[in-house]
Amino acid sequence: MNGAGPIVDVKQLTVDFATGGGASVRAVAGVDLTLKPGETLALLGESGSGKSVTLRALMRLHPKSARFGGSVNVDGRDILAMPAGDLARYRGKIVSMIFQDPGLALDPVYRVGDQIAEAVMRHEGISRAEARKRALGLFERVRIPSPDRRLDNYPHEMSGGMRQRAMIALALACRPKVLLADEPTTALDATVQIQVLLLLRELQRELGLAVIFVTHDIGVAVEVADRIAVMYGGRIVETGPCADVIRNAAHPYTLGLLASRTGHGAAKGSRLVTIPGSPPDLTNLPPGCSFSPRCPRAIEACRQIVPPLVVTGPGHAAACIRVDAASVALSA
Amino acid sequence: MTGVIGLPAHVPELGEDRGGPATPLLAVSGLIKHFGKRGGFLSKAGAVVRAVDGVSFDVAKGETLGIVGESGCGKSTVARLIMQIIKPDAGELLFDGEAVGSAELDIRSFRKQVQMIFQDSYASLNPRLTVEDTVAFGPRVHGASRAQSITLAHDLLHRVGLEPGRFAGRYPHEISGGQRQRVNIARGLALNPRLLILDEAVSALDKSVEAQVLNLLLDLKAEFGLTYIFISHDLNVVRFMSDRVMVMYLGKVAEVGPADAVFSKPGHPYTEALLASMPSMDPDNRTQEAPITGDPPNPINPPPGCRFHTRCKYAADVCKVDEPLLYGVGDMHLAACHIANPASGHPLATQAKVAA
Repeated sequence: MNGAGPIVDVKQLTVDFATGGGASVRAVAGVDLTLKPGETLALLGESGSGKSVTLRALMRLHPKSARFGGSVNVDGRDILAMPAGDLARYRGKIVSMIFQDPGLALDPVYRVGDQIAEAVMRHEGISRAEARKRALGLFERVRIPSPDRRLDNYPHEMSGGMRQRAMIALALACRPKVLLADEPTTALDATVQIQVLLLLRELQRELGLAVIFVTHDIGVAVEVADRIAVMYGGRIVETGPCADVIRNAAHPYTLGLLASRTGHGAAKGSRLVTIPGSPPDLTNLPPGCSFSPRCPRAIEACRQIVPPLVVTGPGHAAACIRVDAASVALSA
Repeated sequence: MTGVIGLPAHVPELGEDRGGPATPLLAVSGLIKHFGKRGGFLSKAGAVVRAVDGVSFDVAKGETLGIVGESGCGKSTVARLIMQIIKPDAGELLFDGEAVGSAELDIRSFRKQVQMIFQDSYASLNPRLTVEDTVAFGPRVHGASRAQSITLAHDLLHRVGLEPGRFAGRYPHEISGGQRQRVNIARGLALNPRLLILDEAVSALDKSVEAQVLNLLLDLKAEFGLTYIFISHDLNVVRFMSDRVMVMYLGKVAEVGPADAVFSKPGHPYTEALLASMPSMDPDNRTQEAPITGDPPNPINPPPGCRFHTRCKYAADVCKVDEPLLYGVGDMHLAACHIANPASGHPLATQAKVAA
């Protein structure tokens, strides 16, 4: 946990999947991101924006058909070039991940406590008794009630919220430096979601974890993130400090997302401001800026080039050649 | 009221107002549904899921009633019971003053006037029917000619924002999730219904598409004089869409009232907690403490007394024993909480919470 250097450094990452018949689809099309130790980054985007694929690239959790470009560096290691044996030692030890559905991520035929103990024994070579003690400590840490008894539960014996806590305990079992969270609260009820978000925030702070949190929900991102990166069509279209992105959004897509929310200020009976059209088809991305067909500010030039990130404030950048255009244009 | 989309004359009096504006379009009383009574293979003998356990409410003509609650609260079961997809153990449904399933209103004519839109836009479409055949199917079954039903389908597709020229011949897998949900909505409207039940109808959509579909639903409601039951776990969306809101918890109604009153002055501690659980959207003022702990209890053997007492910060002895009824906490605003009943013996009940 030392120094100012990034613990995660992704440069020009591309991920292509073969779709059969020699064709392929580019799910991630040139993503740069860095993460300092102890920092929380939210990757915000809709389905198909490439947020989960980017996240999985950090652990190389892709099918064999995936082809990578660019570089992924985590804690000084080149992940894309890592041999399988090193990868197994790296996963869980340096970087671990929690998923949307703990029911699928946990093994249904083993007791939860044994699953955690197994991970610790595998990585640290300690005894079963020691590992079980670690698991108990983790269950207390994630505040599972009657932790000693719960260690002997099978996943199906736990409620959804408790399973998610158990998965967090499993992810933290080997004291990783980076935690990757893929929509970890999306499947949870509102009253449980907020508990898990607060728990993650607390653990992040106390353990000094670097966290990348993938979500489609701006509200969730605001609760947990120091920085937000908004993804669209396989690229990061806006990135900056959380408060800055929410209050001074620069990219028309971010502005549209913020404007189309129900609740905050949307009077009943009034129509919502919407982004027209649908998210892009990755097999058939529009030329230039992939948001241009839906963008109220788009001009001819937007269809010619992929816009680079333009700095709009301290640590805040947007990939739009029209960032100077009055940001009120969207409300028209 | 009806006939805007011009289903030809074979639905004459069926879709028309009968009881007058004061009669609720739908009156539900004493609805009960318990699952697993007989204790089948793998289920614990005698374990009963009290999915819906005595629910009563009205839906007025032309209003949108929002139903919110967490998983297992029974909101979707209520929707399925209304639609007669599953049979209630007890309870009565009155549709515009007539008992559903009676001689005056058999199930078939009832279903024609009530349609449901589901969360999973893909699973609710037949993958082997084109978009236009999907929408035309209902009218065909109910006696329209092929030409009539296709004309109607094109009309409706146009109305929900899908150009028939581009979309009519496509199959469900060839269109996006938002477009599929529009097809489901068009199909729901094809029989000229009066009540539309929307069960998490926008929950699976991307946020940028969700707003489009919500706008569409508002427009269609005004144009066709529809009444909605809008079920969602998303409080922001429910507040935006609904005139009145009903909050459910473990198979019971916890609170019901005008949307603004429920959201600004919740009468039930559960509603209060639900509202406080919403992310703050203010980076400088993040949520610091979870309003309630734990998960919703299992609807198998729910807690005695008030079902919320195990998670309620105001719980007193009376809450563990007596089940609260719905008490008035404001104009047309009811809450099932002992605090709202001065006679309950709850220590907080004497305080000013008993608003006019």
